[in-house]
Amino acid sequence: MEEKKNIRFLSGNEACGEGAIVAGCRFFGGYPISPSSEIAEFMSKRLPLAGGKFIQMEDEISSIAAVLGASLAGVKSMTATSGPGFSLMQENIGFGAMAEIPAVIVDVMRGGPSTGNPTGPSQSDVMAIRWGSHGDYPAIALCPESVNEVFLLTIEAFNIAEFLRTPVVLAMDEITAHMREKVEILGEEDVKIIKRKKPEKHPYLPYEYGEDLIPPLPGYGEGFRFHVTGLNHDKTGFPTNKSELMEEGNRRIMDKVEVNKEKIIKHEEFFTDDCEILVVAFGSSARAAKRAVRTAREKGIKAGLFRPLTLYPLSEKALRSIARKAKKVIVPEMNLGQYILIVERVIGQGIPIVGINQVDGEPITPSRILSKIEE
Amino acid sequence: MAVDYFKYLRKEKMPHIWCAGCGHGMIVKSIIRAIDKLGWKNNEIALVSGIGCSSRTPGYLDFHTLHTTHGRALAFATGIKLARPNLKVIVVGGDGDMMAIGGNHFIHACRRNIDIKLVVYNNNIYGMTGGQASPTTLTDAKATTAPYGFLEEPFDVCNMAIASGASFVGRALDLDVPLMDRVILESFKHKGFSVVDAWSQCPTYFGRFNRWGNPSEMMEKYKQITYNIRQKDQLSEEEKKGKYPVGILHQIERPEFCEKYEKLIENLKTKEEAE
Repeated sequence: MEEKKNIRFLSGNEACGEGAIVAGCRFFGGYPISPSSEIAEFMSKRLPLAGGKFIQMEDEISSIAAVLGASLAGVKSMTATSGPGFSLMQENIGFGAMAEIPAVIVDVMRGGPSTGNPTGPSQSDVMAIRWGSHGDYPAIALCPESVNEVFLLTIEAFNIAEFLRTPVVLAMDEITAHMREKVEILGEEDVKIIKRKKPEKHPYLPYEYGEDLIPPLPGYGEGFRFHVTGLNHDKTGFPTNKSELMEEGNRRIMDKVEVNKEKIIKHEEFFTDDCEILVVAFGSSARAAKRAVRTAREKGIKAGLFRPLTLYPLSEKALRSIARKAKKVIVPEMNLGQYILIVERVIGQGIPIVGINQVDGEPITPSRILSKIEE
Repeated sequence: MAVDYFKYLRKEKMPHIWCAGCGHGMIVKSIIRAIDKLGWKNNEIALVSGIGCSSRTPGYLDFHTLHTTHGRALAFATGIKLARPNLKVIVVGGDGDMMAIGGNHFIHACRRNIDIKLVVYNNNIYGMTGGQASPTTLTDAKATTAPYGFLEEPFDVCNMAIASGASFVGRALDLDVPLMDRVILESFKHKGFSVVDAWSQCPTYFGRFNRWGNPSEMMEKYKQITYNIRQKDQLSEEEKKGKYPVGILHQIERPEFCEKYEKLIENLKTKEEAE
């Protein structure tokens, strides 16, 4: 007899919590903020049952700080927030990137700037996710379109964070967070779980790396004493102001993502084989785009969709090769034109690239995308 | 028995970069003597700092060390302690770190009573950035951002800690080494959140701007604005006015946060097994 699947009817925020528990997350530090609060509520209930720890911190700055601290102590850790809280986290996100500490940050995007629209959907943090912290640092962001995918990509976010030893953002929007859908909850044994690489012998240098450019990381208290700082540092972990070592360190945290990119990038192609009108969309806007593409096809228009699951890094080669055959590219996003900048850079000049932009707190409808396809 | 300081120091990082006459090194030695007396092993200690002169300490001590962002040391340390409660977690910070940018984390760590040992290196100035006024700069004192004298009232670190719920609060001057040793040692023995307001002098900036003289004269000036808490009842209100008490000022028993959490996990497990 076939084993019964664990099918549940959940919101995206709940699915995110379920995914985190399966991924092995055992620490959550957070601060309430709409529309992400249900993730904190879920974790406050579930973590102690799983032997993990939840703490409601005094703000988002301390939330991400506690998460990075817990991760250094060897525990997979996560926080969840929305725009205003995400802005507050930026300095420590840079610290996590610089000190190379794995962590998962869920950003449930709502309207901005400032307090904006706390209960409406948006995709306006796309550039804040890429460039929000000062300095050059690698940004990694996953963006789910459905509740089931929230579950899977939360696990993936932990895997990438642990693998690359860096913070990873799970970028949801209010629709994927609050919408209820069917989710298949998989067990630990049914999914791939990646754990951070640990050192095997003394002497251990916390930033000594091999070909993959990723240094191993033991937990505090596991017998390897080391120093961690947000200052430019050398392989020993101690500060340096030697120019060649600063250059090497600053470049390596970027390069480690670049050299391992093929292992983490993900995208979906939908009717792209012969497509002339290419839609590039992510998150819930991609759901609307799929419907628009399908309707266009019924009308005999060769439309297709390219959907990045990793917003950063983007599957640039794949996008470029699909766009080569297209006559027009449409980028619908719930902001005033952010991801289109990336798409323009990747595809380059030659074909018209147009945006569909909406910041009224309502989702972009399939019919709006369809009209643009038909234009 | 003499303490082997190098057992706890990263020899290769010496000499330290603190200015001649700075009191920070004396606080570090007190911390080392407390650790040595308690027999804590290097491997079971995590020492966390923010940014500033005090935050050179983690580079010098051979523990699991973390030099975080400005003001956030307590928040990072909260994550470490909760994730791995068997670690002894010490946080060092300056007056700017703890009373200004990190003030929110300070009061909430006090309230939570998480078992973290905080030592505030209080020299009432921002030393690392060049002598700007801090929240503990004395009224009328000069600083690079208070060229006409500081118009504001300073925070009292200990009053702040007591009011916020810290279960151990003490203060000591680097001038009085035996007292500094006793206060830090007792704070490390304490179960719960402890705060030691450790006074240090900054002759380079604070002393120079305010013409407080050389380091020993500065120490003398600090001594004049303090009194030992044991003399509290012997001194008149007039004699205590405007002065800071030193010694162990406050110690109560209060449930510790990590222990409460572990108990919760245990209880939920028992309940689950019973069902």
